[in-house]
Amino acid sequence: MTSSHSVAVPTSAVGAVDPGNALRRLSREVSVLTHRNLVHVAHEPLQLSDVTIQPIVFSLLFVYVFGSGVTIPGGSYQDFALAGLLALNLTTATSGTAVGLSTDLTTGVIDRFRTLPMWRATVLVARSFTDLLSYLVCLAMVVVTGLAIGWRPKASLGSTVAGLAIPLLFTFALSWMTACIGMVAEGPESAQSLGLVLLFPLAIVSNAMVPTQGMPGWLETIANWNPVSAVTAAARDLLGNPNPSSGLDDWPMQHPLAAALIWSFAIIGICAPLATVLYGRRTRD
Amino acid sequence: MSTPVIEAEGLTKRYGGTQALAGVSLAAAQGTVLGVLGPNGAGKSTTVRVLTTLTRPDSGSARVAGWDVRADPGEVRRRIGVTAQDATVDQALTARQNLMMLASLSGLPRSRAAARAAELLERFELGHVANRPVKGYSGGTRRRLDLAAGLVARPPVLFLDEPTTGLDPVSRQRMWDVVRELVQEGTTVLLTTQYLDEADTLADQIVVIDHGRVIAAGTPRELKNTTGGARLEVTLSRAHDAAARALGPLVTGTVEASQDGRRLRAAVDGGTGLATAIVRALDQAGVLVDDVAVHPPSLDDVFHALTGAPVDSDRMVVSA
Repeated sequence: MTSSHSVAVPTSAVGAVDPGNALRRLSREVSVLTHRNLVHVAHEPLQLSDVTIQPIVFSLLFVYVFGSGVTIPGGSYQDFALAGLLALNLTTATSGTAVGLSTDLTTGVIDRFRTLPMWRATVLVARSFTDLLSYLVCLAMVVVTGLAIGWRPKASLGSTVAGLAIPLLFTFALSWMTACIGMVAEGPESAQSLGLVLLFPLAIVSNAMVPTQGMPGWLETIANWNPVSAVTAAARDLLGNPNPSSGLDDWPMQHPLAAALIWSFAIIGICAPLATVLYGRRTRD
Repeated sequence: MSTPVIEAEGLTKRYGGTQALAGVSLAAAQGTVLGVLGPNGAGKSTTVRVLTTLTRPDSGSARVAGWDVRADPGEVRRRIGVTAQDATVDQALTARQNLMMLASLSGLPRSRAAARAAELLERFELGHVANRPVKGYSGGTRRRLDLAAGLVARPPVLFLDEPTTGLDPVSRQRMWDVVRELVQEGTTVLLTTQYLDEADTLADQIVVIDHGRVIAAGTPRELKNTTGGARLEVTLSRAHDAAARALGPLVTGTVEASQDGRRLRAAVDGGTGLATAIVRALDQAGVLVDDVAVHPPSLDDVFHALTGAPVDSDRMVVSA
């Protein structure tokens, strides 16, 4: 960096302390802001209802209302439903990222951060980390509810963990997409509704809660290529639960794990840089 | 003046149909206070936003602490503290949490961040609310926290956007004391204000901004001199047509009269025996006088003269 340094003004006495290790500074910035976000959650615990109460309600509703009318070859509806409930609850929970970012952007705090010598994307990364924690809570709620109503994993511990990690990875990826939504939305309310308008069809038009075989042909094709279906099918395979989609010809249903990974990394690869650009644009006038 | 620590050249900025800045230039030397004075919507905040790297100007250039705000915003941010007009502290966090967060983000390790926060809480008398969420603070308390937040990193250059707007007189006085202390320690301060007395008291240099343009610049004394000296105020017992005519030869400009015609105002050169001459002239014209006052020039007069904005509550009209 060049500067015709005509005046000798030192850096802020405090800021000069740690000019070095960029990665250490970055991780400190992210942890400080993550902590800040968690304080916000502690102040309004009801913010967490969509990753605590909602998963329980959805799980019970789907299993006892819808499940009563569906027969699953090779297992109980509970065993079939769990991976789908993970995908459904986690997918819709990602609207939280849109709302959280949008809320931040409407307060003056972002301006304060922008006058500090911080990495520009820290706010985004810290939001993503905080939300990952809340998505972990969501996952735990679904698993506990599932165990309570009779779901059992039928695979090794390692495979079971992988079966839970795949939906979580996909959720992390999807939260970068909803981060973009949060940045283009006018405010928290529109971020919420924009998010749900996109996320509900994404979660429902899939094999998450019903086998896709019964859908009209065109809809079945869409459902089979829906990333949520790949994630759900991969989780079912890894958890050792019934996966009726395995008999389908569409490529993602033949290779659900590969498809789930490709979808997840592709979404991160596109949406994370896009979110950074949108953040820059939104916070520059 | 040595090389300025804050300098701007021909800054312009347009928001949609509004020309917020139409060519603002200013400069502040190290360890001084530059007062940016102007009415609401004059472009004061936009100027601060450009200088603190928050807003890109459409044209013009600005350097803070020797670094270009456009080319090296990161270097500028390592040297500035900002207290914006809107609250930029986190409403859900306590004062202590806010200050610790900002200290950590400025590069302090945890233990020293806590010490710095405690120091600022004490200096700004925030101890009693330190552990309560900011949401419930009174306006004055929050303003003090805003200022403390801008000082966390001990910045050599400080921007204060209307730091005392909405404060009670005691809090205002306290804020002024803090600014004076900081300047004594060598901090360079740019302060925007709508209050003439604030600029008069604190600023070494003043720029007056209106409609995005600098309409005057100089020391408070220089600005006062530009209005051409003292101001005469005469209160008549009864409105009288001859009064303004009688005053004409004794004043430098036109004579303004209040709507009821009883109060007359005009710029005068001062000089010995002026009040006597005025009373005599009015007496000869058959006008009864209740009160005569010759005021030394104030920034109010400068402001009035430059912006055309009335500074008195009762409207003055220019008489023939």
